[in-house]
Amino acid sequence: MHPALQGLITIVVGVGGCIAYYYFSNLFLDKVLFPAKGAMAGRNINRANMVRPWLFLMPALVALGLYLAYPVFATIHLSLTQRVAGGGFEFVGFENYVKMSGEPKFWEALTNNLFWLIVVPAASTAFGLLAAQLSDRIKWGNVAKSLIFMPMAISFVGAAVIWKLVYDTRPAGQEQIGVMNAVWLSFDEGSIWSFLFLKLVPILLVAGFAVAIALMTWALAKPVVQRNGPVSGWRTAAAVLVGAGAVWLIYKSIFGILGIATASLPYGEPQTWLTMPFWNNFFLMAVLVWIQTGFAMVILSAALRGVPEDTIEAAIVDGANPFQIFFQIKVPQIMGTIVVVWTTITIVVLKVFDIVYAMTNGQWETQVLANYMYDKLFRANDWGVGSAAAMVIMLLVTPILVWNVYNARKEMR
Amino acid sequence: MAELVLKNVEKAYGEVKVLKDINLEIQTGELIVFVGPSGCGKSTLLRMIAGLERITGGDFSIDGVRMNDVPPAQRGIAMVFQSYALYPHMTVRDNMSFALKIAKKSPAEISAAVDKAARILQLTPYLDRLPKALSGGQRQRVAIGRSIVRDPKVYLFDEPLSNLDAALRVATRIEIAQLKEAMPNSTMVYVTHDQVEAMTLASRIVVLAGGGISQVGTPLELYERPENEFVAQFIGSPSMNLLPGEVIETGETTVVRLENGGLARTHVPTQSADKGLKVKIGVRPEDFTETDGDAIHAGTVEITEALGEVTLLYFQKTADGAQIVAKLPGIRPELRRTEVKLTADSNKVHLFANGRSLLYR
Repeated sequence: MHPALQGLITIVVGVGGCIAYYYFSNLFLDKVLFPAKGAMAGRNINRANMVRPWLFLMPALVALGLYLAYPVFATIHLSLTQRVAGGGFEFVGFENYVKMSGEPKFWEALTNNLFWLIVVPAASTAFGLLAAQLSDRIKWGNVAKSLIFMPMAISFVGAAVIWKLVYDTRPAGQEQIGVMNAVWLSFDEGSIWSFLFLKLVPILLVAGFAVAIALMTWALAKPVVQRNGPVSGWRTAAAVLVGAGAVWLIYKSIFGILGIATASLPYGEPQTWLTMPFWNNFFLMAVLVWIQTGFAMVILSAALRGVPEDTIEAAIVDGANPFQIFFQIKVPQIMGTIVVVWTTITIVVLKVFDIVYAMTNGQWETQVLANYMYDKLFRANDWGVGSAAAMVIMLLVTPILVWNVYNARKEMR
Repeated sequence: MAELVLKNVEKAYGEVKVLKDINLEIQTGELIVFVGPSGCGKSTLLRMIAGLERITGGDFSIDGVRMNDVPPAQRGIAMVFQSYALYPHMTVRDNMSFALKIAKKSPAEISAAVDKAARILQLTPYLDRLPKALSGGQRQRVAIGRSIVRDPKVYLFDEPLSNLDAALRVATRIEIAQLKEAMPNSTMVYVTHDQVEAMTLASRIVVLAGGGISQVGTPLELYERPENEFVAQFIGSPSMNLLPGEVIETGETTVVRLENGGLARTHVPTQSADKGLKVKIGVRPEDFTETDGDAIHAGTVEITEALGEVTLLYFQKTADGAQIVAKLPGIRPELRRTEVKLTADSNKVHLFANGRSLLYR
């Protein structure tokens, strides 16, 4: 049979099946099981109405149970067992986890995931907010928004292929088809543009990142440090933890700045971007940022339009400039939405797999947890360690997911 | 301490002029009220004074300084919005200090100003609350407090009471009157569609209609000597009755033969050339009295509304579809379905020709 015809039949059968299920099961409930006539009509109507929600929820419950709940428990089980030669499993306790924590590749994946976790949601939300604000009042704003939103329609693998071309490398002397190399080769040693774009701007960006981290941490830690008002123990602990993380990031940033300043760059040589350890992570992250910015922009644009116009006018009368209006009036009023967008992207990031799989497959120190799990589970056929990696991902996602749902519900109220 | 001058001010959206030829001088210490039907541009005019809408023609100045292109914050104005426009994420204290923080005042100065405003408005116990934890009246006071701390030359109020319930509206209206009393040197411009607010608060009322100013005057001037039919009918409730007729005697006292057969005398003077002029006389419902002699209006009462202190009589519609309303003192429901003859004191009968009062010509 022709594949197109097959697809059509699948659609018809699938959609038709759904409609048939709802229609006939409802009919069965009303006409056969609890008919609304006879001596028991009233009681039957009440009973039918109590059963009906469950009837309609059934397909979703079955599907979620079978494909979501059951696999979770099966994975927990698998992560605690080990295959024995000749078939069957044996219970080994936490041995898989111990084995996994002994592998440098796991720690590399975990560290990389942390980087993804910091950079991608922050960058996507920031760019999304910027795009939403800037495209708000201009005539071609909607066209710009459509263009920014378009990557959302591309699958992660498709996006990875597109960006692989962006990072493509041809031998020196040949025409470069990758944009990155084409731009790179247009820089000359010692020219003012090279200094501007390859030294000054990166240094400023990293410095800006460090300052932002410092400010955010200070805002969080201020009540604890200044000790005005009661401060609970867990809050102090959280502040210390965040503070330590911030100090580490700032330390890294300072070294990054020194590195950029002193590095001698190989001008004129085409670069294989995806094989540069550490930096290649950011090249991969760019793909996800490119995709998720559209999502953040659409949600935040709607939220920005929901900010009451008269609070903005009141701020204008109060003498606030556009930046103060944006940061002190608009952003605080949409903070709830920003948090929801941020956490939603965070969850996407924790599960990131396709991009890494399609672009580097975890080579050159770009491994992430999901791809590590895939490696163990399907390539090394080590179901125990693979499941253990899956559990680690789930443990990381769950608290963020709970927080996300909590915030989303709070926003809806 | 400010004198506002609007000279030939106009506002156009593209080709459409919503306001034109606005000429108005507001003296220091006045409380000016803009009234008018919805869509007459009164809020737009206020927002132009505030600087939230661009002035597309003419000149606007405060204390002699042209303000057309000065940003709102530098005009020395403060505005109270209809919806209060409090910043929902800031406490009352932060709401009130926002403008001063933007102006980079010292913390001591800010807290002194906020505390003083809070004391005047009895908001001290609520300073650390968020707006959502306040009642409508309290929110309104915070909005006023936000204006006071800036110590502006001109206060602008955009229908500040319309979101409050009736009882609170009266209380807040009195508070605003007291506030004005306490700050005799500050100029206030107040927009409302509520006549009672206009009549009670204003030192002068500006009636806007059809994109221009219909009349400017003290509340009682507008009530007693309306310049045109629009103002006559807009001020006062129920509206003034207008009856068409023809001048038959001129002089100090004008006599009008009405189309309904009635006869009206008024102390609006006319010249002999006016004899035969088609006019309309205007009588306020409360100025009608019962009579046995020459009637201005005679007809059957269709509906009575007894309000206790007064009774409203709604007459059967006249031939040209006008509904005559009279307001008689006391409780008179027995007049329903009876024939009543009405006249009015000749001092209280207004005279209009072509829509304009013959008092002003």
